[in-house]
Amino acid sequence: MKWIDYATPHSVREAVDVLSEAGGRARVMAGGTDLLVALRAGVYDIDLVVDGKNIPELNEITYDPTNGLTLGAAVACYKIYGNQAVATAYPGLIDAASLIGGTQIQGRASLGGNLCNATPSADSIPPMIALNGTANIAGPNGNRQVAIEDFCTGVRQNALGSDEILVSLHFPAPVANSGANYIRFIPRNEMDIAVAGAGVSVVLDNGDIKEARVSLASVAPTPLFVQEAGDAIAGKPANDETVRIASGIARDAARPITDMRGTIEFRQHLCEVLTRRALNTAIERAKENN
Amino acid sequence: MATTRDYEPNVVLSNQDYNVVGTRPLRPDGADKVTGRALYGADFAAAGLLSGSVLRSPHAHARIKSIDTSKAEALDGVRAVVTSADFPQGGEGPVLWQRDNVLASDKALYRGHAIAAVAAASPHIAEEAVSLIDVDYEVLTPVTDVQSSMKGDAPILHDSLMTDELGEKADKASNVASHFQHVKGDVKAGFKEADVVIEREFTTKTVHQGYIEPQAATALWNNDGRLHIWCSTQGSFAARDACARILDIPVSQIRVVPLEIGGGFGGKIDVYLEPVAALLSKKTGTPVKLVMSRADVLQGTGPTPGSYAKIKIGAKKDGTITAAHAYLAMEAGAYPGSPVGAGAMCVLAPYDLENALVDGYDVVVNKPKTAAYRAPGAPNAAFAGEQVIDEVAKAIGMDPIDFRMKNAAKEGTRQVHGPTFPRVGYEEVLEAMKSHPHYNAPLDGPNQGRGVAVGFWFNIGFDSACNIAVNADGTVTLQEGSTDIGGTRASIAMQAAEVLTLPYEKVRPTVVDTDTIGFTAVTGGSRTTFATGWAAYEAAQDVRTKMIDRAAQIWEVDADTVELEDAVFKSKSDPELSMTFAELAGQLGRSGGGITGTAAVSPSGVGGAFAGNIVDVEVDPETGKTEILRFTVVQDAGKAIHPSYVEGQMQGGAVQGIGWALNEEYYMSDSGTMDNVSLLDYRMPTSLDLPMIDTVIVEVANPGHPYGVRGVGEAPIIPPTPAIANAIENAIGTRLFALPMNPAAVAKAVMDK
Amino acid sequence: MPGKTYVQTNINGEHVDFLCEPRQSLLECLRDVIGLTGTKEGCNDGNCGACTVEMDGRIVTSCLVLGVEAEGKEITTIEGIADGSTLHPIQQSFLENAALQCGICTPGFIVASKSLLDQNPDPTEHEIRFWLANNLCRCTGYDKIIRAVQDAAVKMQEA
Repeated sequence: MKWIDYATPHSVREAVDVLSEAGGRARVMAGGTDLLVALRAGVYDIDLVVDGKNIPELNEITYDPTNGLTLGAAVACYKIYGNQAVATAYPGLIDAASLIGGTQIQGRASLGGNLCNATPSADSIPPMIALNGTANIAGPNGNRQVAIEDFCTGVRQNALGSDEILVSLHFPAPVANSGANYIRFIPRNEMDIAVAGAGVSVVLDNGDIKEARVSLASVAPTPLFVQEAGDAIAGKPANDETVRIASGIARDAARPITDMRGTIEFRQHLCEVLTRRALNTAIERAKENN
Repeated sequence: MATTRDYEPNVVLSNQDYNVVGTRPLRPDGADKVTGRALYGADFAAAGLLSGSVLRSPHAHARIKSIDTSKAEALDGVRAVVTSADFPQGGEGPVLWQRDNVLASDKALYRGHAIAAVAAASPHIAEEAVSLIDVDYEVLTPVTDVQSSMKGDAPILHDSLMTDELGEKADKASNVASHFQHVKGDVKAGFKEADVVIEREFTTKTVHQGYIEPQAATALWNNDGRLHIWCSTQGSFAARDACARILDIPVSQIRVVPLEIGGGFGGKIDVYLEPVAALLSKKTGTPVKLVMSRADVLQGTGPTPGSYAKIKIGAKKDGTITAAHAYLAMEAGAYPGSPVGAGAMCVLAPYDLENALVDGYDVVVNKPKTAAYRAPGAPNAAFAGEQVIDEVAKAIGMDPIDFRMKNAAKEGTRQVHGPTFPRVGYEEVLEAMKSHPHYNAPLDGPNQGRGVAVGFWFNIGFDSACNIAVNADGTVTLQEGSTDIGGTRASIAMQAAEVLTLPYEKVRPTVVDTDTIGFTAVTGGSRTTFATGWAAYEAAQDVRTKMIDRAAQIWEVDADTVELEDAVFKSKSDPELSMTFAELAGQLGRSGGGITGTAAVSPSGVGGAFAGNIVDVEVDPETGKTEILRFTVVQDAGKAIHPSYVEGQMQGGAVQGIGWALNEEYYMSDSGTMDNVSLLDYRMPTSLDLPMIDTVIVEVANPGHPYGVRGVGEAPIIPPTPAIANAIENAIGTRLFALPMNPAAVAKAVMDK
Repeated sequence: MPGKTYVQTNINGEHVDFLCEPRQSLLECLRDVIGLTGTKEGCNDGNCGACTVEMDGRIVTSCLVLGVEAEGKEITTIEGIADGSTLHPIQQSFLENAALQCGICTPGFIVASKSLLDQNPDPTEHEIRFWLANNLCRCTGYDKIIRAVQDAAVKMQEA
């Protein structure tokens, strides 16, 4: 690796100052499981790594059934699925947190980091979109929020300015009769990057789908929020025929490429299969959650 | 996921019991390996050590017009830079190719081909220096698969390479290095007699051995002209000889000290870093260490070939195979020398055939020069042959094991390439498969299937040496030169202990360097327990004879009246005369001096090994994902010296075969480069991808070894790919003809049905 | 001219301090700076687990941790698993079950397995395989490794 300097700010203010001074030549590191690989491969050309793990707000997990979940950007996956209250309230997030990489990766990797990497295959982003998450950002001009479906702007490109830092993610409190699920397809049983992934959420009302959100991984330059898939099934009965309407729209919305992880045809095919299976699981979870 | 607790796993079907041989003691290097104390190639340290880094070609095929190392040499901390110009020049053919593969001279023949190297004060500085070396390449069109490379319009890799066509040299440059044939009987007539004839074509992709430890070597070209090398290697003598040839110095000037080795599977027999480290050390006057990155390993060492095969088999309704034709074309990589010859020896070996024809083609392509990977050539051939066998059996309505039994090779069967089988255990393997609970268990779900396949590997002998010395406390030390990849220190010591009637713990084996033991061939070819074990056997017999002579001398009786049993020397004529091995050992000093034994062998009684697999799979038809539900390996080991390590070879080879079958491949771009150069996308099985691997060790003693040993290391990797293909066919009703049978391929096969 | 960073940490129960460049991984620091070569490099990008250490109670791939991040942490490496000259039950179980062939992945597996049994003393086969999926072995096919962990779990519960 070429030479880098290392800074450990202890507050959001300090971090913003350091980033502003670095003039675009710095990146924030949480778990480092993507950043260090990328730095060694020359993907980023920077002079300074800013460690976010000593900033209290980036490490918090705060949940209550009214206000929802505020998840610090640097909180490692194992802390998320190890938190009983969060795991019970947000199984859709746990689906992702427990399958990124393997045990050791989950000891370091964070959902905030996964979001900021902004790769199309990120496992945590589709469920975060499905759960209506927002990103809390701090910068020299103050704080702002961005809906997670708007956070990624291109491959490894996100909405942050070079002097801004992702502080935390917020998810509304789960309502009764709601369920969410993220599943992905990988060739092995662990460790792989998703060939395709589907993160969905549903809210049921008396056997009908009141609302639904569908989001896909690995089939576009950014994680894809397929609003039309959820819209098309709102108000319809929660059955196989309805699910297939949504999964068909998801397949048609996908814009995958062919690369070493999958072909266009295979990925399109998987979008339908995964969306259908994820919706079925989300509906089951919603029925249990009332 | 099913587990296999319902019956006793890991069975040994034994026919002879010994005292030590056949038991399961702890390995002598165990404490070091579970505490992190054992020193592997990259762990080596020395005063003044510099770190090296290698520049590798980004192009799959290019002429090297010039190399400018001046900016690298000027970087602070850089102490030396070398290119192939620093090697002694001259030579042609294999000698030149071997040297060129280590550092390219006029052409870069694959992406990853080493071009130059740097020694510097730290690995990071060395890496930076490498990026400052300017190479002027004339980029040429690459060819990266065997079928394209055989065509007349393919870009030519070597202007001087002309096909050896059935023994005759052709007169124009080609990428086909050789074409050979094995002929037995008359296949044309044989096919005419058949009621069923099936012919199919198959392709496989380049696959890597996947050892977890990257290559590492440290060299010190000392002030007295002697070159010392510390490395991870499967053959310290092979490394020594290769360096002697490349550096054009006598073998006596080189000492190779083998460190512990983190996996090889054939891939650590050739040298890559050692001669480069030597050149750098010569320039700096200090030790220089080179360690490969994972990307270097995948792109710059020796994977196993991608290949094309066409198999045609004809059989009568009663199950007799009347003719078989195997056409095998394998990629040698950048220089000639694929394992197509070995594949040709194995593809039809399980079958007693009156009429058979094998065509083999060795073809160069712009990929890394292939190296051995566990039974090289045979898995590629078996993926093809064992599937056609499966189809023919189905076509005539015969159980696949019965079909193989009907045509089984046995003692006296003449193989297609000439030799006759001595006593082999193939029928016993088939019987063990047929009667195994796995074969008779019901499959209990849709999309589940079962497949079987078999394989043969000839194993090798070659040279090994062993020295034994008796210690005054009744223990013995044993020196041998076979680097220990899989527990062979134990199996070699056990054979010596058996001869000396000592408990295993009394034998202290050490793996020593090339100055300390006689010539010993590689740890590979499934030869170590067989040949080095034999050297230990002979050296122990030498010690035994001398100890008996000494006891006889002390007792003043004839030596042929003294015997050794259960570590006690006894006189056959006088029951009062008896002493333990330890008591005699304690008296050696004052009865004439210490006792040592020695042996240098090249045993010829090599016994080949047959292996069979039974595998159950479940396919998700929507995603093409194949889950291995249950896997059983049956293999004839002749005699399992240490059954746990024999089981380990069977299980490890099986899992490599599973990875080869389902996911592993070099994903090549159009420009001839490997896209998936990391263990993220070169997908080897994880623990979560597998069930337990159950084993049955069949023991049909090899008459050519004192304990009946047959090599075991390689045969296990041969049956898995066809067994899994046969199981997938059984599950989804469609056969796959290309490796890997990854989810995309299986899903497509389901959709195309 | 940028300089090295001074790091103070706790490794295997001992206070350890060292100098390193920020770009050096914890793996590099353990092996090349501190001299603890028991932790191995197999891929340098988190995919093989040979570099596994325990840091503040969780297993991590040390190739993806910077040496400077070790400041103030409690780290356990393979060298710290045995109790003086007595092998840990997991180490003993690996030997008795022949769960290693070349041994290069063994330090990573032992550290990872110990972490599993510390948190889940009676894991199912599936739980063991899932926990260890970040550790690659190319020699054994995992069978004897899984059996060794199951065996160690039984022995540790009996003790």
